Amino acid sequence: MVAGPVVATALGTILVPARAGTDGWWRMRVALFVTCLADTLFPRAAVATVRLLERLGHEVVFPEGQSCCGQMHVNTGYPDQAVPLVRRHVRTFAPYDVVVAPSGSCVGSVRHQHAMVARRAGDERLAARAEDVAGRTWELSEFLVDVLGVTDVGAYYPRRVTYHPTCHSLRMLRVGDRPVRLLRAVRGLELVELPQAEQCCGFGGTFAVKNADTSTAMLADKMRHVLATGADVCAAGDASCLMHIGGGLSRLRAGVRTVHLAEILAATEGSETSGQRRRTEVGG
Amino acid sequence: MTRTFLGMPATAPRGVGHLRGDESFPVAARRGLADPQLRRNLGHATGTIRAKSAAVIGELPDWAQLRAAGRAIKTDTMARLPELLEQLEAAVTRAGGTVHWAADAVEANRIVTDLVRGTGAERVMKVKSMATQEIGLNEALAEAGIEAVETDLAELIVQLGDDRPSHILVPAIHRNRAEVREIFLRAMPGVDPALSDEPAALAAAARRHLRETFLSTRVAVSGANFAVAETGTLAVVESEGNGRMCLTLPETLITVMGIEKVVPTWRDLEVFLQLLPRASTGERMNPYTSMWTGITPGDGPQVFHLVLLDNGRSAVLADPVGRAALHCIRCSACLNVCPVYERAGGHAYGSVYPGPIGAVLSPQLTGVADNASLPYASSLCGACYDACPVMIDIPSILVHLRGQAPHPRAERATMAAAAYTMDRPVLYAAAQRAAKLSRLAGRRGRGLPPPLSGWTASRDLPQPPPESFRQWWASR
Repeated sequence: MVAGPVVATALGTILVPARAGTDGWWRMRVALFVTCLADTLFPRAAVATVRLLERLGHEVVFPEGQSCCGQMHVNTGYPDQAVPLVRRHVRTFAPYDVVVAPSGSCVGSVRHQHAMVARRAGDERLAARAEDVAGRTWELSEFLVDVLGVTDVGAYYPRRVTYHPTCHSLRMLRVGDRPVRLLRAVRGLELVELPQAEQCCGFGGTFAVKNADTSTAMLADKMRHVLATGADVCAAGDASCLMHIGGGLSRLRAGVRTVHLAEILAATEGSETSGQRRRTEVGG
Repeated sequence: MTRTFLGMPATAPRGVGHLRGDESFPVAARRGLADPQLRRNLGHATGTIRAKSAAVIGELPDWAQLRAAGRAIKTDTMARLPELLEQLEAAVTRAGGTVHWAADAVEANRIVTDLVRGTGAERVMKVKSMATQEIGLNEALAEAGIEAVETDLAELIVQLGDDRPSHILVPAIHRNRAEVREIFLRAMPGVDPALSDEPAALAAAARRHLRETFLSTRVAVSGANFAVAETGTLAVVESEGNGRMCLTLPETLITVMGIEKVVPTWRDLEVFLQLLPRASTGERMNPYTSMWTGITPGDGPQVFHLVLLDNGRSAVLADPVGRAALHCIRCSACLNVCPVYERAGGHAYGSVYPGPIGAVLSPQLTGVADNASLPYASSLCGACYDACPVMIDIPSILVHLRGQAPHPRAERATMAAAAYTMDRPVLYAAAQRAAKLSRLAGRRGRGLPPPLSGWTASRDLPQPPPESFRQWWASR
């Protein structure tokens, strides 16, 4: 049973554990790493991730012990306080073969910070386990394109959409054009290119508060570019950056919505997520 | 080898030089953010250089290998820096130069001042140099009654304007041509009062002024881009030819060089002379590359002094994570891609080293406590790491230094409480519910108390969802 497809990825060639279904498709058991932000403030992105993966025929489980990857602590200068969070994350996800999160930033933290935090605390064993878990952890677009090998997920989303590639997806994970390839395959969706897309929106975690003026100047330029596209929707793969861009657009009453990539990919014709006004989107 | 270890190496002393600002970054940044001229100049200039640089880097099939080689050479250099510096000293001495060791800015300024005094000169001309700005050499010379004339055009604009540089490569990037004209009219000796603000006219005025300086000044002070330990050769790369003048015309040449600028062998220059211009100015090759080895009888300066400057560098070297900041070749590619630098401008960093590299270098040279806001002057977007021609992982060093920075007590308590809660599922779930309730009281969260007011000043908070994901999951 543990002999699924062999996949060449950014992390090297891996053998993905999976079960072959009667229809010949591989069925995977995916542990959802929801991220604390999506769990608390943007459950739509997480629910969409579950619906999308299940629609594609896979089993999603939610390990209840999970909380936060600890990135905020590490990046604000409190790596010691992050140690219990890293330990919790590793303990929670160690039993699973495949871990998927709807966030480039949190996966970046798992891949690039967890082992470092453990080593810094002198816990080599935890560092090794963290590296092991990190090797089985995927950002959603990586998982879809590299592991599942799909770009057309059967979504329908009749909107004019522009895509902001978040910094950690782009430069820590190198997801490249995977999200854009996924969006191009969505029926009804008109994708408009975002000018200077690769510039940071100015979020940066506690940077947005500690350097609020500079952060806002960056946000102002990002919003200017988003508005210049004439898009209805600004999409991205991170709820944190969307909270920032969406919070700014909402303050301006700009009439442009921020929507997580997972929500677009989960939307199908006739589904409630295919573009109607919804209750709980960013910035209301 | 018998050496006595006298504790951790010293950081750069206070009260001298330009490594510390008067204000924290968030406060100092406000001036740049509110300056439309600065914002326009920086947006235009950094955008132009980014495009030029990307084009010429794209021409090289082996850019990735060159970067890796640059990093490897620098890593090797730092691993045996004392040995290489002694090798450099021996080679320079053999070639007729004199080598001086300066532990800090005070000592370096004293050495250079004494050397200039010894020549009897009352004026020196300078090649653009970050190291001499770092130690405040011009001010030290002025105190000794010696005038220092900057010969790089942008440095000259900064000097005549009684201003501070705001970019490593383009120090007057914050000025427009109308301002440059006014500065020249006010401060340039013998300038034509009818000077226009046409770039060609401004350049011609500077040229007349500088020609007179080049031909009548007997002592020059330079920095160095590279020093080859194997041969004792110093190298300066520049674009205007002013450096070539300063390095060849005077009788005495004094070079002040940070100790990290040494490279082991002549061949190593092959790597750096490809990396530097493409990353820096977006040129295939810099217009002027001057190299000299000690003195050559009858040709060029007949007296050559090399001042090796520590000023906190040994302290940086002592930090296994932070030491990569010493790999920097001062190309300023990280400034040109940094969204924070592009908006706040160079002066916000307080130090002569602005931008991402400044945010990791200055706090290490001075000790983090003296530049505590700089490691936080980044959104950690990672553009600097991608752009760096010697692959300095600036974001990781920033995060590392944040761990060393002094933390506000309230922040520390909040972070500890958050970590405590996040590590306890029942408490965490309760906190998620409480977060929703607190929003009912706070009018959609506008006007949160400090420091969170920094968020709500310009952005709305998201509407709290009717239920958390884990509540949805539990009830599905």
